[in-house]
Amino acid sequence: MSLMRPSSPHTHSASSISSTSSVMRTVVLATLPGLIALTHFFGVGSILNLLLAIIFCLGFETLALKLRKKPVLFYLGDYSALVTAILLALAVPPYAPWWLIATGSFFAIVVAKHLYGGLGFNPFNPAMVGYVVLLISFPVEMTQWRIPAIEGLGYLPLLDSLNAIFAGAHLDGFTSATPLDAIKHNQGLTVEDLYATHSAFQSAKIAGTGWEWVNIGFLVGGLYLLYQKVFTWHAPVGMLAALFILPVFFYDGGSSASAGSPFFHLFSGATMLGAFFIITDPVTSATSTLGRLIYGAAIGALVFIIRVWGNYPDAVAFAVLLMNFAAPFIDYYTVPRTYGHERAQSALRKEDEH
Amino acid sequence: MRKIFDFHGGIHPPENKHQSTQGGIESIALPKELIIPLNQHVGAAADPVVETGQHVLKGQLIAEAHGFVSANIHAPTSGHIRAIELRTANHASGMAVLSIVLEPDGEDRWIELESCDQPETLDAQAIIAKVRAAGLAGMGGAGFPTSVKLGGKDIQTLILNAAECEPYITADDILLRHYAAEVLAGAQLLARVFPRLESILIGIEDNKPEAIASLEHALAAQPNTGNTLAIEIVVVPTKYPSGGEKQLIQLLTGKEVPSGKIPAAIGIVMQNVATARAAWRAVRYGEPLISRITTVVGKALKKQGNIEVLIGTPIAHVLSERGFRETESERVVVGGPMMGWAIEDTLAPVVKATNCLLLPSKEELPAAPPEQACIRCGLCAEACPAELLPQQLYWYARAEDQEKLRAYNIFDCIECGACSYVCPSSIPLVQYYRAAKGTIRQAEKDKRKSDQARLRFEARQERIAKAEAEKEAKRLERKKAAEEAKRKLAEKQAAEKSASAYSATESAKDSTKDSAKKDAGEPDMKAIKSEMVKEALAAAAAKKSAQQDDSSEAEKELKRLQRGLSSAESRLERARATLLKNQEEGADATRLDTLAARVKEAEQKVNDARKKLEAAQ
Ligand code: SF4
Ligand code: SF4
Repeated sequence: MSLMRPSSPHTHSASSISSTSSVMRTVVLATLPGLIALTHFFGVGSILNLLLAIIFCLGFETLALKLRKKPVLFYLGDYSALVTAILLALAVPPYAPWWLIATGSFFAIVVAKHLYGGLGFNPFNPAMVGYVVLLISFPVEMTQWRIPAIEGLGYLPLLDSLNAIFAGAHLDGFTSATPLDAIKHNQGLTVEDLYATHSAFQSAKIAGTGWEWVNIGFLVGGLYLLYQKVFTWHAPVGMLAALFILPVFFYDGGSSASAGSPFFHLFSGATMLGAFFIITDPVTSATSTLGRLIYGAAIGALVFIIRVWGNYPDAVAFAVLLMNFAAPFIDYYTVPRTYGHERAQSALRKEDEH
Repeated sequence: MRKIFDFHGGIHPPENKHQSTQGGIESIALPKELIIPLNQHVGAAADPVVETGQHVLKGQLIAEAHGFVSANIHAPTSGHIRAIELRTANHASGMAVLSIVLEPDGEDRWIELESCDQPETLDAQAIIAKVRAAGLAGMGGAGFPTSVKLGGKDIQTLILNAAECEPYITADDILLRHYAAEVLAGAQLLARVFPRLESILIGIEDNKPEAIASLEHALAAQPNTGNTLAIEIVVVPTKYPSGGEKQLIQLLTGKEVPSGKIPAAIGIVMQNVATARAAWRAVRYGEPLISRITTVVGKALKKQGNIEVLIGTPIAHVLSERGFRETESERVVVGGPMMGWAIEDTLAPVVKATNCLLLPSKEELPAAPPEQACIRCGLCAEACPAELLPQQLYWYARAEDQEKLRAYNIFDCIECGACSYVCPSSIPLVQYYRAAKGTIRQAEKDKRKSDQARLRFEARQERIAKAEAEKEAKRLERKKAAEEAKRKLAEKQAAEKSASAYSATESAKDSTKDSAKKDAGEPDMKAIKSEMVKEALAAAAAKKSAQQDDSSEAEKELKRLQRGLSSAESRLERARATLLKNQEEGADATRLDTLAARVKEAEQKVNDARKKLEAAQ
């Protein structure tokens, strides 16, 4: 291309989200409350995950850029690999062995992102691709969540943690069923009894020990991002609304067959992380605001369905990937009505249908 | 209170208006020469009516509107016409346009103007004629000939645009502070052109309190003659691009201009406030449009403010008068930071639509950072006042998918730049859209051309085939006629022979006359004779008509050759003109070569045609 003459506009927004790098930096910042909660309840495992994921993701990113002959520093500067690393690290159970993180990072960065053409061209959320690959390949490692520290156990000593991560030492006796498992495998107890007896709900009000606070942490971070206008409310509200409304029909008065209360679903598992940090990934979601509302709601519904009737403990990653598939179709049918046009039209319309 | 509607999206860039509103309306020294382009407006270029060397007075007509959509051009000051030649245009492309070069004599002597003491007595036609004579063209930036917009019959709403939403620009603001009364008078004047007018609105952003106060003051002081419509000042919230024609219409009326249509389609006409004032001065005082208020602003200047500039003043002259520090400047922008264009040659002149010259320093408006990948964040779609999906347009512009670009309504993009402004990946979106629009238009043109060529070719083939068929039919007819004649002749001879033979044997065989034979074999000589006469006549007629046909054929052929010659000649002329133009514009050598070859070819064709014609004659 020839040298471009500077074209209008000659000015650019100077707000805090005026560049892709600053958007990503803001996102990184916003994960802090959730990360702190995770660390508070599950120990340094998440932070160790994070360090490993950052090393591997940035490493793979550099490698991929080198192979694709792209300016490495310029592209690292968009911080997108960092965000992927963080999301992957937060989704994987704390104290996960290092090779788990490495494999996840590889699939996230190299396969899901660069093989598709790099940032902006990836149809699937890289972190979720990495997560799902791990979940399917290594179900045991991926479902071992440490018992929250509040249950009488202290934090895992650092040496043991390193052992678990690098030498594959088993954490038996330190792991337990997550609240989602507890509800799913509940036999014969009313929800009230379950909350009273099951260890996963010890000293918890809504959605399980530790988990509710982790979710509150991500909610706070998410609200901060909304305030910073990093994304619009549509996708998160769509997802949370669906995830709130559906359980109303299946709560079953808290009987032993109950699928869990609306609040339980809002504050357990990866709900808030998903709603504010994963489904809001602009690249892989629908584009228009209406499209995002639909996209979010569909994810919320899928999450609920998979949680209650599926075989996997949490469902956010699957739901997100499924809807990544559907995003282009949502886009086609949710083109906004352009100024001066009678009504909105699908982008699939043919030329002669004016 | 009128309900104020909202338009989708929009942005709030830093206003940067105070820099240029401190002073009043200043003036600068006369430049050494004025460069007055013949095409400052949308439409056909005006035809010069002066000659090189001629002395003209200020306000004298120097170029006349060519056709309906065009505008007159007048001398901005008195002086001598030095040249009528190609000069750099005030245009993003930096191309050269035919311009009149005027050397001021320094006396600034006016031609006698035809003023009108009672403009309220003029009828619509007279007003339009005066506006047209004064060479008015939209002063808000678009430069559409004003008189053309006054022709609408079914206009209910006249809107004066004083929104001036672009950062930095304050030309209209300052104009209203000083000449609100004239603007209102202009509005009333223009209103009288529309027989079915119901309301006159002035739309202005709320960041111009002084201008609003001045307007209100003038409105209160306006003599109420009873039979004029009341003017309503509508203050709208500051949001870019509220001053876009479509957006202001939406803000004030809640209506949308249908896609691909002009506001007149929904009974609305919009004029810029500076145009309204110019209309007033044109009708009341007979003053043509020869100067305008231009905001000259930016940190690369020693002095910023609004200047009354003569049309045709080289931008370089304005800049040197304002202490322009070239080393500090990032670029020279004509218009505002959102929609203006950067020019490279500052010898380009100020024209009727130039509302701002922006000379930002490097820190003020730094060059755009390198473009990053689109992360589909949707910020652009949120900002787009046309409710497009800029990210999709960008995607398909890169993929050069023209069908999808249309499906996503690329032609409804007003190139306001709001999307680029917010894009975190600093993608120059508007640039992509402009290029894509250009390609689509070109493709359409090419298609139309090739369609036409195909139609022409087919029609020609058909014509030729028809002519051939006719010729063949005539040939056959002639042949048939000739054969018939031959046959008849032979028959006649045979009959004569047999007749003589008959008469010879008659006498010999008289006695053995067989009545049956007579009945059957004896030809009726009378009948034969009359038949023969008829045949001969017919043959003669056929021959004659054939001859006639031949002569008209020849005539047609002659005419055809003449036509061929004249079209070959005009083709040659055109080829020569293009060559000349390209030479003047300094096109590259290969292009000149091909053009020269084309001229040669055309010459050859003319010679051929001439020879053929001579031969036929
Ligand atoms: S604002 Fe820029 S990065 Fe965001 S969707 Fe639009 S074009 Fe893409
Ligand atoms: S330039 Fe076009 S696409 Fe961009 S915001 Fe303006 S109208 Fe929308």
